[in-house]
Amino acid sequence: MEQLFDGSEKKIWNFNKFAGRMAGSDDQGNHISYEELNDFAEKIRQTIGNRKLVFLIASNTIASMAGYVGLINSGNVPVMLSEDLDEQQLRNLYNTYRPDYLYTRKGRIDETWMGEPVLQFEEENSKNRETDLYVLYRTKGDKSYELFPQLALLLTTSGSTGSPKLVRQSYDNIRSNMDSIVEYLKLNAEEKPITTLPMNYTYGLSIINSHLAVGATVLFTEKSTLQREFWNFFVKEGATSFGGVPYTYEILKKLRIFKMDLPSLKTMTQAGGKLSPQLHKEFASFAKETGREFVVMYGQTEATARMAYLPADKSLEKYGSMGIAIPGGKFTLIDVDGKEISAPGVVGELVYRGKNVTLGYAEEGRDLIKPDENQGVLYTGDMAKRDEDGFYYIVGRKKRFLKIFGSRINLDEVGTLIKDNFEGLDCAAAGKDDAMYLFIDDEKLEKQVESFVHEKFSISLKAIHVKALKEIPKNDAGKILYTKLECYYD
Amino acid sequence: MTNREKYINAFVEGLEIAEDKVVGLEYQAIPEWDSVGHMSLVACIEDAFEIMMDTDDIVDFSSYEKGIEILKKYDVEI
Repeated sequence: MEQLFDGSEKKIWNFNKFAGRMAGSDDQGNHISYEELNDFAEKIRQTIGNRKLVFLIASNTIASMAGYVGLINSGNVPVMLSEDLDEQQLRNLYNTYRPDYLYTRKGRIDETWMGEPVLQFEEENSKNRETDLYVLYRTKGDKSYELFPQLALLLTTSGSTGSPKLVRQSYDNIRSNMDSIVEYLKLNAEEKPITTLPMNYTYGLSIINSHLAVGATVLFTEKSTLQREFWNFFVKEGATSFGGVPYTYEILKKLRIFKMDLPSLKTMTQAGGKLSPQLHKEFASFAKETGREFVVMYGQTEATARMAYLPADKSLEKYGSMGIAIPGGKFTLIDVDGKEISAPGVVGELVYRGKNVTLGYAEEGRDLIKPDENQGVLYTGDMAKRDEDGFYYIVGRKKRFLKIFGSRINLDEVGTLIKDNFEGLDCAAAGKDDAMYLFIDDEKLEKQVESFVHEKFSISLKAIHVKALKEIPKNDAGKILYTKLECYYD
Repeated sequence: MTNREKYINAFVEGLEIAEDKVVGLEYQAIPEWDSVGHMSLVACIEDAFEIMMDTDDIVDFSSYEKGIEILKKYDVEI
């Protein structure tokens, strides 16, 4: 064990200084200490060695976190995947990347194609042993791809669509972003963040990363804010913070969190899309009146997790803004010719520089050996402006994608898939965040298109609006006139 | 419209599902009744009966049957 965390073998976290502290607690009454996290990492190392590619089907459980941390700290490379992926999507990813191992809840996947169990993580007080058991399987694959030495972790960009596109994150990326988050949120060992976001989602994962860096205790629950058990657990364990995407805050407002009795709550963070200025203002006022902190942030998987934050003391004064660059990062705005914009109030593409800019993408197994392609510079694809005081405001996106309840959905991909699946159908995918509008030219197919997109992209039916038009408006060159479609939005 | 009809109609509109699927339904048993559907269902019920549900009741509202029980607190008999 000493060896593992000494010198060159130390990967991300050094837990030795947190001896005696709890790293996680769950709503079933289970706990895991920092020593036990170390032990599990060591077990993984003894069982599979290092530099193996491992699919991890994540959930907000201690078992999932112990696997993630253990794989990283033993020098293996996890690919964090959503539990919402169906068997076919998972098989496709498997065929693309040929992982050596797979770590998942027992019974989640048909064992016949998965291979042989080599290690398991069982939660002590688990009420339902079968389903709370995580197993590490050696896959049947006989071919593995070479991994770039600095490659630490792979994340998907769009949650549960099953797209093979992964973001390649290095040890330096994770460490620098984690340290920066600890610094600007002033995290300490007394924190108890409660899970509200999936562990395979970069924002959810960054909450875990940064809190394990300071010896805090993460509270794990698979229940949502709309379930009684979530709030019982919140109060019982004295949660101090949570994170949320814009939709989380809409729900919390509806749940009248402003009137809830939550004495332990200190901090609320928000990312994963632009919060409406109105809601930003309401939560900022609520935080101010109750002596709490509301921190709006901005990030992308391509920047490990975070790039900007609006300091809590500016939250009300600068509502609607996503803030300033995190410690160690720097923003510039560029115009269409790539020239830097220096005047305030002028919109340009937001460019970020920092150590947390990831290595690049992988789209197939052979890409895993690729070196750092970004060299610390990220063109975010977001259009933004800066005010006189240096605070940034997102105004739109360069490319056509939407955030649907926090997940990024590429509209061109949606349009293409619909056209591929429904022969002869013309389709235009458009909309705004949390409301996708699909325009088709055959009203008989409305329902079918709706359920197709719902299943294929795991988008809530509430966010999908299919409308049949006589024809899709296009210019002479055959390009869809998206602005002409905006009048059909509700 | 009777209260029962109004109640069932709130599910049909809020979750965008067929009437015959409503009775006996439970939270997260169908894709339509997810967290997004839940908030829209609550809004439809609030509109139908002109009430404002408490936080406790929104998070306790876990099934068709449970909803009937909760609505009694607001003097709505289904």
